[in-house]
Amino acid sequence: MSDTTPYVGRAMKRVEDPRLVRGIGTYTDDLRLPGMLHAAILRSPYAHARIRAIDTSAAAALPGVVTVLTGADVNDACGAVPCAAAIPDLKAPRHTVLASDRVYFVGHAVAVAVANDPYAARDAVDAIDVDYEPLPVVVNPEEAAKPGSALTHPDLGTNVAFAQTVAGGGDIDDAFRRADRIVKHRLYHQRLTPMPIEPRAVVASYHRGEQALTLWTSTQIPHLLRTLLPGMLNVPEPKLRIVAPEVGGGFGAKLNVYAEEALVGHLAMRLNAPVKWIESRRENAMSTIHGRDQIGDYEVAVKNDGTILGIKSRTIADLGAYNQLLTPMVPTLTGLVLTGCYKIPAVKIDLVAVYTHKMATDAYRGAGRPEATYLIERLMDVIANELKIDRLAIRTKHFPAPSEFPFSTACGLTYDSGDYFGSLAKAKQLSNWDALVAARDAARRAGKLAGIGVSTYVEICAMGPSKAMPAGGWEWGCVRMEISGKVTVITGVTPHGQGQETSFAQIVADRLGVPIEDVVVLKGDTNIAHYGRDTYGSRGTAVGGTAIVMCIDKIVAKAKRLAAHLLETLEDHVVFEHGVFTAPGVSTRKIPIAELAAEAYIAKNLPAGLEPGLEASSFYEPENFTFPFGAHVCAVDIDRDTGRVSISKYVAVDDCGNQINPLLVEGQVQGGIAQSIGQALFEQTIYDENGQLLTGEFMDYALPRAVDIPEYILGSTVTPSPVNPLGVKGVGEAGTIGATPAIANAVLDALQPLGVVHLDLPLTPERVWRAISSTVAV
Amino acid sequence: MPIPVRLRVNHAVTQHTVEPRVLLVHYLRDYCGLTGTHVGCESGICGACTVLVDGRAVKACTMFAVQADGSEVTTIEGLATDAALHPVQQGFWECHGLQCGYCTPGMIMAAVQLLARNPTPTRGEIAEGVRGNLCRCTGYTHILDAVAYAAPAVANASARQEEVAGV
Repeated sequence: MSDTTPYVGRAMKRVEDPRLVRGIGTYTDDLRLPGMLHAAILRSPYAHARIRAIDTSAAAALPGVVTVLTGADVNDACGAVPCAAAIPDLKAPRHTVLASDRVYFVGHAVAVAVANDPYAARDAVDAIDVDYEPLPVVVNPEEAAKPGSALTHPDLGTNVAFAQTVAGGGDIDDAFRRADRIVKHRLYHQRLTPMPIEPRAVVASYHRGEQALTLWTSTQIPHLLRTLLPGMLNVPEPKLRIVAPEVGGGFGAKLNVYAEEALVGHLAMRLNAPVKWIESRRENAMSTIHGRDQIGDYEVAVKNDGTILGIKSRTIADLGAYNQLLTPMVPTLTGLVLTGCYKIPAVKIDLVAVYTHKMATDAYRGAGRPEATYLIERLMDVIANELKIDRLAIRTKHFPAPSEFPFSTACGLTYDSGDYFGSLAKAKQLSNWDALVAARDAARRAGKLAGIGVSTYVEICAMGPSKAMPAGGWEWGCVRMEISGKVTVITGVTPHGQGQETSFAQIVADRLGVPIEDVVVLKGDTNIAHYGRDTYGSRGTAVGGTAIVMCIDKIVAKAKRLAAHLLETLEDHVVFEHGVFTAPGVSTRKIPIAELAAEAYIAKNLPAGLEPGLEASSFYEPENFTFPFGAHVCAVDIDRDTGRVSISKYVAVDDCGNQINPLLVEGQVQGGIAQSIGQALFEQTIYDENGQLLTGEFMDYALPRAVDIPEYILGSTVTPSPVNPLGVKGVGEAGTIGATPAIANAVLDALQPLGVVHLDLPLTPERVWRAISSTVAV
Repeated sequence: MPIPVRLRVNHAVTQHTVEPRVLLVHYLRDYCGLTGTHVGCESGICGACTVLVDGRAVKACTMFAVQADGSEVTTIEGLATDAALHPVQQGFWECHGLQCGYCTPGMIMAAVQLLARNPTPTRGEIAEGVRGNLCRCTGYTHILDAVAYAAPAVANASARQEEVAGV
């Protein structure tokens, strides 16, 4: 190579994009198979009801309709929808593919119609007659936790799925004995709907001769599906191929095994024809997982100088009606990073998880860390205000110094590396903090509502060590130098927008010394990427990328043996640099790795004992998680007359370790902050007292639009992770974790002169206006 | 009762007999095989299905195919040549204006209309121009960058066209 500037570290545009901007990428709904049938699903309009009878005869008689099936027809053939979370003494309802004798939430799948045309399938769904007997509904999780409450699943005898004390580090009783005061605060983390723009989609095709099933599905986890679907469909793993084609956004919503994936697979086998099911937006809102939904009563033991001795809480988590893949595990994650960036010696969280007649909650972008970060960062501001201590000072007072890493927390984690002072200092500098404060104070003197918020965060990423994961946290990869000198990279992670076709190619091209154009990254098809644990928990590059690095190391080691043979020297004398093998002082010959690859496959001149070929695969088992961190500063103005919040300045400093491609890092951060803006200002999934979903469309569930986004000032610090050879930490969730509390703190800072101590999210114009009005009126 | 529709899609005549209830987006995807136009909500809000009908951006899930009878429709597939991307497509590529890519075709079509109407938009005008299109991945900043990047190239291209046409 003439240009030896490394690809890693460069802001490079993506190799994924030409097909996507041309509109010729293939998403699941774009598949058209010969003879393909179309499925549509009838869903319950009731939150809780007994199904007295289902009459499918009129539906089945409609033109084009192939079959109409109910739970009685399919539930025995399809196993229960799995939950992978290992929670001791978890009480769990059996989660059948279609409802059996009762429905437990609005959107619960009751019947499926299959027709030769999607419109005909929907006609058939409309023609199914179900006789429902409405039953008492459980919607309020706090009421659900009380004895004597109506029951979500009467056969369980309780609404409490489990109760446990999590993150019980330190001596909490001693902390509260020594406290000068106890700061108490109640915090509600609202329910959210992930809303990827592509709803879920499944196509299944059964190959009768081979008795093999291929399932294309809009998923983050084709490999976990291949592990779990055999138990539902009675198709052995080697006969099951899962393909995640282009996937139109996930955010955790597609980190799941859904009833429909098994159902469509079953239909394809049962009808011996390819079957497609495409979720509507309304279905997506009511029957794809939701996130968050935790209520906590927090108590913080503090000294008068602001020293925090301990935190305890009673938290109630609303699981919804069923356990999806990780449902009961998610609220336990909140406790893991509740101490945030701070040295807080004692923590105790009594968690009660309850069933209600709603869609299941599960992992939505950040899963546990946004909750924890919002909690601790709100508490920091509340404590600072109560004790009249500077908000930044109370934070830095509790930061561990960079020399204290690896840093062990009361929650039982070991943070890998960090410089929390550095990121906060940079955020202060980029926000021009002192001027910002002066401008806010001047605005206040002029009678305006202006506020500044700050949040510092640490998150837990690169999930993760297998001992801490439900079903293996390793990652697999394979790198093959082809006979042509091109490089095929196969990864077990399943990027769906994160851009690893590009960033992995950068890593490989550098390490093999080949042009990036010669590297192709394959993923998402279990017949190609045989093993994998997929994409979630900001793990793609830190865990998946490391597996690729291990492959390259093996390839280079093998190539060196071959090079030594060809250069007629010892391996120790062989140097590999910029894609060329040489033996300085021994031979003047230079062997490019492409030439060596050809030799390895032609195999006429190999050293004794060396296998032909130049390919390696690896499983990488991480020793620890990684812990990205950062500091965000937000300034807001609030319109007194309308309650509308405008973000006037937004500064984010994120440290995700080494950056493979800063352009992609920036995109992840910006996208995450936008989701935080949604959570802080607009979004909330709302069920009414009858368990009716009021936020079932984009009309009712307000995603941020382009006009809602401020201009950001983005900065970063780089503290490499010692956990993996790339020194990367992960960045996919940072924005959703750091930004929400910064915005909330800014709004509440603006309202502080009015005596408003706290408002729950989202801080919609109505909620803010009501708060302003109630203080002005009296 | 199926009825015939005839329209030009990306300059090619298409003719099919469809039920009156068939949405334009399904006509494009299922009858014309142009799957670049995506369905995100079927209710005219997300904008993933945005196409140009006689040069105006239309959410193709809010229009029946029969209503487009006689129209000239441009979809995402009609923007680029084999050799070159449309400047707006190029802008999205250069500026990382997409992640999962699902909203991208609709977003690009909305931006094409915006730049046709306003060749030198401010950042605020770009944001207004794509406010009918939802993106859940990018947070929009890079999308605004992409449209701003494309604006001069689009203006140059239309100036050249006008020159050729002798306007």
